[in-house]
Amino acid sequence: MGQITLKQVTKSFGDVQVIPPLDLTIEDGEFTVFVGPSGCGKSTLLRLIAGLEDITTGHIEIDGKDATDLVPAKRGLAMVFQSYALYPHMSVRKNIAFPLKMAKMAPAEIEKRIANAAAVLNLTDYLDRRPGQLSGGQRQRVAIGRAIVREPAAFLFDEPLSNLDAALRVGMRLEISELHTRLKTTMIYVTHDQVEAMTMADKIVVLRAGHIEQVGSPLELYHRPRNEFVAGFIGSPKMNIFGGSEAQKYGGTKAGIRPEHIDVSMTEGTWNGKVGVAEHLGSDTFIHVHDTGLADMVTVRITGDISVRHGDTIYLTPQLDQMHRFDAQGLRIA
Amino acid sequence: MARSVSSRRKLINTGLAWAIGLLIFFPILWTILTSFKTEAQAIASPPLFLNFDWTLENYGVVMERSNYARFLWNSILIAGGSTILGLIVAVPAAWSMAFVPSRRTKDILLWMLSTKMLPAVGVLYPIYLLFIQLGLLDSRAGLVIVMMLINLPIIVWMLYTYFREIPVEILEAARMDGATLREEVLYILTPMAIPGIASTMLLNFILAWNEAFWTLNLTAVNAAPLTAFIASYSSPEGLFFAKLSAASTMAIAPILILGWFSQKQLVRGLTFGAVK
Repeated sequence: MGQITLKQVTKSFGDVQVIPPLDLTIEDGEFTVFVGPSGCGKSTLLRLIAGLEDITTGHIEIDGKDATDLVPAKRGLAMVFQSYALYPHMSVRKNIAFPLKMAKMAPAEIEKRIANAAAVLNLTDYLDRRPGQLSGGQRQRVAIGRAIVREPAAFLFDEPLSNLDAALRVGMRLEISELHTRLKTTMIYVTHDQVEAMTMADKIVVLRAGHIEQVGSPLELYHRPRNEFVAGFIGSPKMNIFGGSEAQKYGGTKAGIRPEHIDVSMTEGTWNGKVGVAEHLGSDTFIHVHDTGLADMVTVRITGDISVRHGDTIYLTPQLDQMHRFDAQGLRIA
Repeated sequence: MARSVSSRRKLINTGLAWAIGLLIFFPILWTILTSFKTEAQAIASPPLFLNFDWTLENYGVVMERSNYARFLWNSILIAGGSTILGLIVAVPAAWSMAFVPSRRTKDILLWMLSTKMLPAVGVLYPIYLLFIQLGLLDSRAGLVIVMMLINLPIIVWMLYTYFREIPVEILEAARMDGATLREEVLYILTPMAIPGIASTMLLNFILAWNEAFWTLNLTAVNAAPLTAFIASYSSPEGLFFAKLSAASTMAIAPILILGWFSQKQLVRGLTFGAVK
């Protein structure tokens, strides 16, 4: 079990309120991702749930029980830190055993659980090494191993992949997702990387300046962003958002269209502009178009390859059913 | 980044470094040399450097006249005891300053250090009176306490610097893993800070060993350490330079040897945190 409920939680550091009153429920077994730009309060929120920071006002409930004043150890949560936070003076085995030792578990049971965790995480051959002798990915797995042996009510991940290189990150992303499928334990995952959020989450919580901008499944956020901020934050490359008379034509103070929802032609279309930089990825081509009269730059995503040169005139046609409209406050219309 | 240094320049620098090193070490070297001379040769003019009749006579006399072993034992007890007691007080203090600092932590640290600027003699009178009242005069326990108090600011400062280098996340991980405060300090913080604690202990041991003001003023016979042993040769027999030198050499030898073997640790300890 691992349902976590935040009720009117606030956090202030001195006079600065970093989390204004916030309500959120994370269901048992759910993979929830907190995502937002740096400084949005997502890590603070995670640390409040962990108990590493005291909340200023409000309540935190874990499985229906008030955990507001519990110390971290008593909350039954396990955390994986960005820097792995392994104990450098202990072997991998001792690192993984540490939470069990602290819980005064029987040595035989500890051994059994270490063996299990090591098998799951491919660490069996490394149990007697020190963290310093492991690669980044292995260290991350030890940190996860240390978390899973306790069989916690929920796992908290604080940007666990940001110290890994790109290739390893994709691999670990999959491993964590698989782990969630297998354990079915509640996971809360903090990241600033919206690709991680989109690929891993059951539920994404988009935060900005301590506020929850939107809560929803990845595809809900992609297809129906609640406001301009979410629209711009979710999706890569970013949604093209423009205002003015062109936006009014489509029925909003501002309008947005994702790069993948624009059709391209060299001869005719709704808008035209000059090709700036074209990024060829092989599978896709991103073209940055200038002088369209919409925004400084409009990004278009084309499947496959297309040969355009810098300065070419290019015609763009938005797919009207994929157009997003926002009012003066930046909120979604319809 | 390495700067290119010509080999001639390097030679000059090396020579200069040796010259300065010898200059600093010279008084100690001279003391050691003098301890092997006869009294007449010790005051010979011009001074004799190596071409004298090497003799162990002075050591014999010194050993005969005073109980060197007792002074040595007192020195070890006082320096060791004050170091251990200091650590017991300083580890929790440094922990709280490094990991749960308050708005006043920096001020408290500076204030602690400022007490080291105070001339010791300023508090001699009150401490002497206190010692009489408490019956601590000429007791090892009394000296252990005074030495600990004198060096505490330095121990706290050094440990604080070391602890600051330990990532807070690791301690937080221990907290998440269910460690109590005591377990966190005992199983995680202390083992990780061992190199720092070791050099702190070493430095404090040396400082306490060499401390003369308090040991001379607060001891007479029973608790007198090696500093008092040297002093006892300086006043009544001030003119007997060779014997005084022998006594001095015997007093500084243990700490010199200890320092020599642990100089790597010591240098690391003193420069720790300066370069990240």
